[in-house]
Amino acid sequence: MGEALATAVQNTNAVLDLVRETEVHRDVYTSEAIFALEMQHLFAATWNYVGHDSQVAHPGDYISTTIGTQPVLMVRHTDLSVKILFNRCPHKGVRITTEASGNTGRMFRCPYHAWCFKTDGSPHSIPLSKGYQDTGFGDSHAAQGLAPVRHVFNYRGFVFAKISDAGPEFPEFFGDSLSSIDNMVDRSPAGRLEVAGGVLRYMHDCNWKMLVENQTDTCHPMVAHESSAGVTAKLWRKMPEGMPRPMAVEIYLPFMSPYEFFEKMGIRVWPNGHGHTGVHHSIHSDYSAVPGYFEQMVAAYGKDRAKAILGENRHNTVYFPNVMIKGPIQLLRIFRPISASRTLVESITFRLIDAPDLLLERTVMYNRLINASASVVGHDDLEVYERAQEGLRAAGNEWVNIQRLYETSERADITAETNGTSEVQIRNHFRAWKKFMSLSMSQT
Amino acid sequence: MKPISDDALRGFVYREARMLDEQRFDEWIDLFTEDGRYWMPVEWQQTDPILTTSLMYEDKLLLRIRAERLKGNRTFSQKPKSRCHHVLQAPQIDRRDDTAEDYVTWTALHYIETRLDTQTLYAAWATHHLVRVEGELRIKLKRVDLVNCDAAFGSIHLFM
Repeated sequence: MGEALATAVQNTNAVLDLVRETEVHRDVYTSEAIFALEMQHLFAATWNYVGHDSQVAHPGDYISTTIGTQPVLMVRHTDLSVKILFNRCPHKGVRITTEASGNTGRMFRCPYHAWCFKTDGSPHSIPLSKGYQDTGFGDSHAAQGLAPVRHVFNYRGFVFAKISDAGPEFPEFFGDSLSSIDNMVDRSPAGRLEVAGGVLRYMHDCNWKMLVENQTDTCHPMVAHESSAGVTAKLWRKMPEGMPRPMAVEIYLPFMSPYEFFEKMGIRVWPNGHGHTGVHHSIHSDYSAVPGYFEQMVAAYGKDRAKAILGENRHNTVYFPNVMIKGPIQLLRIFRPISASRTLVESITFRLIDAPDLLLERTVMYNRLINASASVVGHDDLEVYERAQEGLRAAGNEWVNIQRLYETSERADITAETNGTSEVQIRNHFRAWKKFMSLSMSQT
Repeated sequence: MKPISDDALRGFVYREARMLDEQRFDEWIDLFTEDGRYWMPVEWQQTDPILTTSLMYEDKLLLRIRAERLKGNRTFSQKPKSRCHHVLQAPQIDRRDDTAEDYVTWTALHYIETRLDTQTLYAAWATHHLVRVEGELRIKLKRVDLVNCDAAFGSIHLFM
């Protein structure tokens, strides 16, 4: 549906009424009108992960990606700063990058009419430019060059951008939730990460928010993943006593942990819709030690600090609106909205600079076993999302329930910890959804 | 022992595909050597399965987990079950070492997977690294390179 129609249904109160304290109207997942409003307002007024600066190490390096559904590119400018530009030629709208990533040299050159732009987006040259003399071209949109996304913040290599002038500045938007990124980066003895290990892309015929909610839903693993983790446990019990657990078994087995394990792991919410599971421990707590790694960490940070960093085993940290990271295994997933009922999931991994390769090997294996389109864990997650997308067409009940361990004292924009099986982060997500949907809506 | 013929190598590849189409997964896993691997790279011309991720890189234990899972009553994404269909070109013998009894075949294939009303076509090349163990051909590595390995797919449930 087009923006005009989205504007026509733009009644702020009607939209906000779709989300109640403990239930969410099905239209929030199924309506293309709501989806268009999300793209127009929510994804514009929030800080979105664009890429990691290790992907654009040298001047002219670029990646092409999206914020919401809008094409953008991230590029290392000649002055070494990282720029985010809207990925369309100001002339006819042609996407300016040719590859998903590459090096453009000192200039972007449009493949249609050879308009050229510097790597900060400013205009460089137009062939036969005398054709624009005395036409008032200087005042046109086209003369401004590639439009930059104005709000960009590079946090320890993680580059975020905000399209709209509305919404909080970066430090206020993320607040203490940045501690999860800190823990991931601090796990490198050098305090640096680089994108490594390849990317897995998995198409989902469901709404993007179902994936975000699932990241902090701790009552599903032992049910939806009984088929994979439960079978692993069954086969593993038949193995000879004392046999060392293979890495793959270490990865699968914790998915079958009992409810009590997830209750006690705890959950923490932060302002603006961020939150994480695994305050005290997680499914990543009991992986085998990697030889030599702890010694490297002690040498880099001292014993106490090294222990503190490695003792923090958060499970899933959700960054509003559509990113999840796993610090202990250096993984980031982004749930890219395509339409109300279609989402592209990209799962990206990082190398801890100066750490043993065995850590990257485990990270890469985890990504393959859990997040690939051939993953036996991913299959059962996608199955339930797609069944929900279909089931929500039923009019007998128009509401999705998010009430588990609800407390009437809950408020938006607070920091709090509670029982790990609470749906408090899902409610926190929807409180932020209301805030950022209406924030710029009321300004239009 | 008499060297294995090209026809016997090709026949092995055809029978292996038929086992998959007939979903005889336990028998299929027995075709692999104890250290055998099934690999589906995610990158074009990928060389490393360890420090670069893949769609699948499974040892025998992981293959057994898959086969057991496919039989499970609570395998919700396989209710109802998927079916599959292979069409193979004649395998080409890329390498033959009769002393080591070590062979490599290369086979272009179209693979169809269906579930409910959806039918998905994949195009790929399968490279079989075969060895003879106690007189029987076994798979040391089956590598399946999708022509669009880096595309975003929905769920791939079975084996190509």
